[in-house]
Amino acid sequence: MGDLNKLTIAEARDALARGETTAVELTEACLGAIEGAGKLNAFVHHTPEIARDQARAADARLKAGDAPAMCGIPLGIKDLFCTKGVASQAGSRILEGFKPEYESTVSQNLLDAGAVMLGKLNMDEFAMGSSNETSVYGDVVNPWKIDERDLTPGGSSGGSASAVAADLCLAATGTDTGGSIRQPAAFTGITGMKPTYGRCSRWGIVAFASSLDQAGPMTKTVRDAAIMLAAMAGHDPKDSTSADIPVPDFEAALTGDIRGKVIGIPREYRMDGMPDEIEALWAEGRRMLEDAGARIIDISLPHTKYALPAYYVIAPAEASSNLARYDGVRYGHRAKLAAGDGITEMYEKTRAEGFGPEVQRRVMIGTYVLSAGFYDAYYNRARKVRALIKRDFDEVFDQGVDAILTPATPSAAFGLGEMAEADPVRMYLNDVFTVTVNLAGLPGISVPAGLDAKGLPLGLQLIGRPWEEADMLNTAYALEAAAGFVSKPAKWW
Amino acid sequence: MLDHLAFETPKPTRIAGAKEDWELVIGMEVHAQVASNAKLFSGASTAFGAEPNSNVAFVDAAMPGMLPVINEFCVEQAVRTGLGLKARINLFSAFDRKNYFYPDLPQGYQISQLYHPIVGEGEVIVDMGPGVARRVRIERIHLEQDAGKSVHDMDPNMSFVDLNRTGVALMEIVSRPDIRGPEEAAAYVVKMRQILRYLGTCDGNMQNGNLRADVNVSVCRPGDYERYQETQDFAHLGTRCEIKNMNSMRFIQAAIDYEARRQIAILEDGGEVVQETRLYDPDKNETRSMRSKEEAHDYRYFPCPDLLPLEIEQDWVDAIEASLPELPDAKKARFVTVFGLSEYDAGVLTADVEAAHYFEKVAEVGDGKLAANWVINELFGRLKKDDRDITTCPISPEHMGEIIALIKSGDISGKIAKDVFEIAYTSGRAPAEIVETEGMKQVTDTGAIEAAVDAVIADNPAQVEKARANPKLTGWFVGQVMRATGGKANPKAVNEIVAAKLGL
Repeated sequence: MGDLNKLTIAEARDALARGETTAVELTEACLGAIEGAGKLNAFVHHTPEIARDQARAADARLKAGDAPAMCGIPLGIKDLFCTKGVASQAGSRILEGFKPEYESTVSQNLLDAGAVMLGKLNMDEFAMGSSNETSVYGDVVNPWKIDERDLTPGGSSGGSASAVAADLCLAATGTDTGGSIRQPAAFTGITGMKPTYGRCSRWGIVAFASSLDQAGPMTKTVRDAAIMLAAMAGHDPKDSTSADIPVPDFEAALTGDIRGKVIGIPREYRMDGMPDEIEALWAEGRRMLEDAGARIIDISLPHTKYALPAYYVIAPAEASSNLARYDGVRYGHRAKLAAGDGITEMYEKTRAEGFGPEVQRRVMIGTYVLSAGFYDAYYNRARKVRALIKRDFDEVFDQGVDAILTPATPSAAFGLGEMAEADPVRMYLNDVFTVTVNLAGLPGISVPAGLDAKGLPLGLQLIGRPWEEADMLNTAYALEAAAGFVSKPAKWW
Repeated sequence: MLDHLAFETPKPTRIAGAKEDWELVIGMEVHAQVASNAKLFSGASTAFGAEPNSNVAFVDAAMPGMLPVINEFCVEQAVRTGLGLKARINLFSAFDRKNYFYPDLPQGYQISQLYHPIVGEGEVIVDMGPGVARRVRIERIHLEQDAGKSVHDMDPNMSFVDLNRTGVALMEIVSRPDIRGPEEAAAYVVKMRQILRYLGTCDGNMQNGNLRADVNVSVCRPGDYERYQETQDFAHLGTRCEIKNMNSMRFIQAAIDYEARRQIAILEDGGEVVQETRLYDPDKNETRSMRSKEEAHDYRYFPCPDLLPLEIEQDWVDAIEASLPELPDAKKARFVTVFGLSEYDAGVLTADVEAAHYFEKVAEVGDGKLAANWVINELFGRLKKDDRDITTCPISPEHMGEIIALIKSGDISGKIAKDVFEIAYTSGRAPAEIVETEGMKQVTDTGAIEAAVDAVIADNPAQVEKARANPKLTGWFVGQVMRATGGKANPKAVNEIVAAKLGL
């Protein structure tokens, strides 16, 4: 078989089961692809020895007839996941040299399911960013290109998106706090899914904003997302916010039959200045679902316009506290001190050197909104807005809506460096369609649905009912089939 | 059964300033380490005295991605404490983060309960002497994590951090400003410690820092406190200063006394007391400013997103309540009403839960008063001489009870009993066996006593004459007989026989 790295999880699984290939061959194909893809800067810590060992073990399990769901599937792991004995830096200088003595629950679940880890994937520093330009490892480049310019793969899971889109791995883990899986998936023409908050354990994932963070799969197809999510998910007593409910067989739910399903189209997601082609794609998605037998209704989510400001209060507030532990005392980077420097200087210099500008900005915003005298005006008000946003969704689900269709992003991928001089809020606007889902704790998925006029991929987002990922995945599966998106970036790297 | 004995309220401490009289108003925050083998949010051990940084879980060291998981037993201990303080138990409580930077606080925040504590209003009756006590209202109890320990004196250029204590569960028990003097403040801590030890929710070890107090002190003019009580308006009270981290009753008293006089001097000088945090220096017996209100940390409290709100069931609370031991006030009242002890003696015997249990076992022989006398006077005296306490007492309560039983049956006299006690205390032998083996049994056989009396009368005719003239001298004969019988003769019988033989 040629180009094993281009297989989907499902294809590879079936080929392995039929003995047409081996986990070692799959792994070697991916390692080779990674080797040749340095320009993308997606993989930042390579673990070929670990991968080969795991692949051999997977082959032994396959041979023994004891092959779990992800057996022998080579994956990339976002740098935000702590991986035992392997550098885990969250894309930050402040975690320079940090190698955890523990494995995150999600990556452990994947390894237990037989997966092979190829290495760690680039990301925005501490998952803060929408373009993968805030990483200590440098920018990730989108494999899609329309001219000589390098494009962003989106962020924060930009390394994961780029690696999957460029077939450097069969799939990758991502995390999504405000859109960090779905936006890069849309920018790179792959499938990215954020499960219901609490579906996947956060234990061992470097925290950005604890009440919003959720891990999810970044895959080439909806079926792969279903397979991989089942392997990642599950109750974890080590994470008090992980839900103690059974994980259904998501793949079994993929019938493609969505007749009678009610799909809501929220009028508030029609933004001023939104490109016509996004509008057109959305209308096309609506038509495709309708053709597949779903009933389309217009709905209202009236508090949508407050979501982005509320998100940019809550997420930085939690982050300012979560990132306090990076102080140079116990691990990671510690600044060189001058004679006479005390603990305050050690904190200040370490954090000034260790955190990049975007992280510093958010830590300062978060500190500010939690401070005495401002707490009610910002943090508490944002929490109330959050409750209203959740209520908006509850009400439409109560009306019988099964899923909500929106654009995934307000634009296609933009050029790296293009936003360098822009107001940070312009970058934050990338999350405008995705943050509501995190604030409400809902599952959401971005499915590649077409190309813009220049030939860049665009995604549509489906938002599901809480804990009903299976149903949402099935709708996404129908959308994927109708869209028939098969384009791949031409290899230039 | 009585909840507690009746009491009157003590007079508040009054301090005469240079110009006028002042009263004290004191509120306390007691930090009590929860008696638990594991920490509040990790499985790491809480054992004291381990090698530095050996009892540290990943979450205690705030490693990236680590998450807290609540220790149910610590919650149970907090509920038990609340019930012991007759407090409202909040079935819904929640954890908040208190953010500040310090090397012994690895997370950069302490997980605490600002907005929704697990325990609400309760009360403590602070004993100030028989029939006198102060009722102090408890405002709240919340659970929180302890910090680690910074060590600054091991190296001239470096500081070290020991995280063994990091994350250990503390209960912060906050009182209302109902304490009215230095002695009451110390007595409050004594009583709190006593209750916690009865409940088994804190070992009360102040030397190890397992129980420590922050003391809020203000002064006001006579009458102002009553106005505050009527209105609950703090404006009637003076500005308070908080003295941090006190771990000795003596220092608490000294610090309050110093602080009150400092504030009075400022006020009488026309100045204003500045609200601030102060530290007590026992070497110089003074308090010093640690940080002013302006320098106070902005802790940026917000709900901890890693933990769900803590929701507990009333049934669970009821089960804990049903398992509560008898508490000091009730035990003391019972000792007074059932055993007929004085309030003072009952107070001495119930001061320590182990001692109270010991006494109750001794009292099983049936004479509570006699048992109380022996436990308080002989046993406690002997233990003190050896610098021991009841937990290392070498004589078992069963043996102690045996001694009381031997006295009551007339087998030994009170005097002999002291010898038996000493042998039993030092050797661990059973008192009945000691009396038997050592031949210490009282002679109650009148024939033997008569023979001894006859012999003394026969040998001392001159004394007989004198005694007949002056009956007060019969005591000399009794003494001779006791000596002759090695002290074993029943003194009452000897007295009667001597009197009869002398014809008195």
